[in-house]
Amino acid sequence: LPAAASFILRRLVQMVFTTVVVIAVNFVLLHAAPGDMVDVLAMESQVSDPAELARMRREYGLDQSLPVQLLAYYSHVLRLDLGYSARLRAPVTTLILERLPATLLLMASAVIVSFVVGALLGAAAARRHNSATDMAICLSAMLLYSTPSFLAGLLMILVFAVWLRWLPVTGFSTPGLDLDLVPYLLDVATHLAMPAVTLGLIFLAVYTRLMRATMLEILGLDYIRTARAKGIGARRVLFRHAVRNAMPPMVVMCGLQVSSLFGGTVVVETIYGWPGMGLLAYNAVFQRDFTLLLGLLLVSSIIVMVVGLVVDLLLMRLDPRVLPG
Amino acid sequence: MRSRIARPMGRRTFNALAGSTVLAGAGARGALAQAKPVKGGTITVAQLVEASILSSAFDTATQVQVISSKMIEGLISYEHDFKPIPRLATAWTVSPDGLRISFTLRQGVQWHDGKPFTSKDVAFSVLEVWKKLHGRGRLTYANVTAVETPDPHTAILVLSKPSPYIMNALAAMESGVLPAHIYEGTDIRANPANLAPVGTGPFKFKSWARGQNVVLERNPNYWDPGKPYLDQIIFQLIPDAGARGAAIEAGRADLSYQSSVPLSDAKRLDALPNVEVTDKGYAYQSTQMMMEFNFDNRYLKDLKVRQAIAHAIDPAFPTSVVWFDYGLPATGPIHQNLVKFYTADVPKYEPNVATANKMLDQAGYKRGADGVRFRLNIDPLAFGDTYLRTAEYIKQQLGDIGIALAIRNQDFAAYVRRVYTDYDFDLTVVGVTQSADPTIGIQRFYLSTNYVKGAPFSNAGHYNNPEVDRLLIAGQSEMDPAKRKAIFADFQRVAMGDLPVLPLTSINQITVTNARLKDHTLTADGVFDSLASAWLSPK
Repeated sequence: LPAAASFILRRLVQMVFTTVVVIAVNFVLLHAAPGDMVDVLAMESQVSDPAELARMRREYGLDQSLPVQLLAYYSHVLRLDLGYSARLRAPVTTLILERLPATLLLMASAVIVSFVVGALLGAAAARRHNSATDMAICLSAMLLYSTPSFLAGLLMILVFAVWLRWLPVTGFSTPGLDLDLVPYLLDVATHLAMPAVTLGLIFLAVYTRLMRATMLEILGLDYIRTARAKGIGARRVLFRHAVRNAMPPMVVMCGLQVSSLFGGTVVVETIYGWPGMGLLAYNAVFQRDFTLLLGLLLVSSIIVMVVGLVVDLLLMRLDPRVLPG
Repeated sequence: MRSRIARPMGRRTFNALAGSTVLAGAGARGALAQAKPVKGGTITVAQLVEASILSSAFDTATQVQVISSKMIEGLISYEHDFKPIPRLATAWTVSPDGLRISFTLRQGVQWHDGKPFTSKDVAFSVLEVWKKLHGRGRLTYANVTAVETPDPHTAILVLSKPSPYIMNALAAMESGVLPAHIYEGTDIRANPANLAPVGTGPFKFKSWARGQNVVLERNPNYWDPGKPYLDQIIFQLIPDAGARGAAIEAGRADLSYQSSVPLSDAKRLDALPNVEVTDKGYAYQSTQMMMEFNFDNRYLKDLKVRQAIAHAIDPAFPTSVVWFDYGLPATGPIHQNLVKFYTADVPKYEPNVATANKMLDQAGYKRGADGVRFRLNIDPLAFGDTYLRTAEYIKQQLGDIGIALAIRNQDFAAYVRRVYTDYDFDLTVVGVTQSADPTIGIQRFYLSTNYVKGAPFSNAGHYNNPEVDRLLIAGQSEMDPAKRKAIFADFQRVAMGDLPVLPLTSINQITVTNARLKDHTLTADGVFDSLASAWLSPK
């Protein structure tokens, strides 16, 4: 256990250092984009008085030099203050905390959908190696993998919301209804279904292929032959002996998936009007709301680092041969 | 009332209104349209972007205006031909010298918190809100020196100079009246009522779930007895255009405004039995697509070059191919919908590539070995894909006359910075709101004094013509409507001779609705009016 504790401690120190760098890089990159929030506000409201524009820049601190703005930002972050979104007229921390649950719900659902279905399909394909089932699974995985999520999303809306009318088109819940807890959760679930599947689709394919390849390798190993020779049933061999050992690479992939899922949420939340951090980030980019965007990027990078740590710890537990180091 | 999309181009102004009503009256839906309004029901409006506040009295972003105008009213509204009709003001007179505008205010109007609405609220809104904090209001109300309030139901604007355009700026979406008792003595921009407005309008604020929806509910004490008919309006954020179209088609949303479904889908949606499309209700925010020229460019400052470019481009092409005929080919710098100012009697440029080539040859711009006379950049406004598509058409056309264009694509913050602050452009393709009055919405692109660094949608091309300046300034204070129209007609003629910009398409924006939603577009500001008269017919 001391080894594990010092491992965690070292990782935390690394995370702090990474965060400092992440902020600086984000800051420079964002400010390299031409145009600022006042340009956008002025355009939307058709303000054309230079004095008014200068007043707005002063109010939002945009008249300061970059290093001054960056240092001010660091000092705010140290006090756990992510600043104020002048655009949405609310503290960034409040905005992010409001949106975080929706994004975490969406991401968790997408991970579960893609992980579970991908594992099952991959195992099934490996078990019937080179059969028609295997071919069908591999082909559809390939097809899903190469379908961009904005296209998949709109196709699903077309099929399930417009043609079949089974599911709502967009949003988090049906607006204007006062529902009890259980009907409310069901309502949210119907809204969640398409975004979660859309977000999970690409990784579904990755998990399927990864599971299939790992399983094929494992199914050829001696201990599987031994298990079969002992007379254990095929199903039991598959699930108790093979699948369990195929898990470590899948868990690693899961950790990697979380970081790229953040990118995916921007697209998926925009298509489905899902009120999460991705949608917030999408609007913040176009409206040059850098304070909000910096906050979002910071929180996302912390989440990615924490998930990375959790995955490593989980891996150690799944496979004792993986040592802290 | 459905607009006929396959109508031949060329005559889609308000003259067509009467005709289409008659046509619709013959059908089953026409019968419904004449039915008696029914009370009750909730509609969902598809919102593109999250509003930052809910009061448009000083923030005129579209996503704010469309919500605000249901709660916060203006003094007057306008029929489709801009004839003023009463709202909070029941009567108005302008003194012969144009220096006093008197409003008789409606009696018995209550704010949503129960306090009475009086002339004090009007005086406060004009002097402290519109004149000081409103982006365009600063110019519109610049000449207002005082507001006299001899009694609670009379407000008199006292002006230092005649300002006829004020009478065109009083709709709810442009000049919303705020309650003095809530805002007085506070920081108006930071007042909590901006997030939960208290107005006089037919709908009251109910709730706002950030990132999701704003819910308004019926105001039972509205001054117009029996109205509004709807119980609730939900403004639901649907950021994706395709999803907005799908939501309307699936009956999950009832209204989308300002052409915010994909235009390529609009005709298909219009053909559905449960969906209606109209291009009425946008005269008050008439929008025109035009190409700006940078006069600091050595080629573009030459009138012959600008005229040759005008001959090379046929505005009918982008109007029909890019805008799917939701608009008219522009003939001049004023939108056809602005019936009080528009004239068709202007110099015209026959689309003819041979003529254009001949003009450039005569002007001495020789083609190089590669067939190119000279090279320019074109920056389309990054807002949807219509401006980019138009730029692609222009690139092809100008290629035929030996002008090689490079299209530069950027997002809109970068565009605004490049064109209006850095002046780093040759040609743009841009859509601009002309508002209801040329002094408010149009002169800013042409006045030589409006070459103002950092001001979006100003005279970025550095155009300077004393004759145009003189006409526009005369138009600001001419009180006789006929003379004022004549002044702006002269302006249109000079502008089309001189070509400070090349007008391309007078855009007709569309509202796409659930076919059961009736009477949503009765005025020149359409669904940006209060929706007090809108009603849902039973299923």
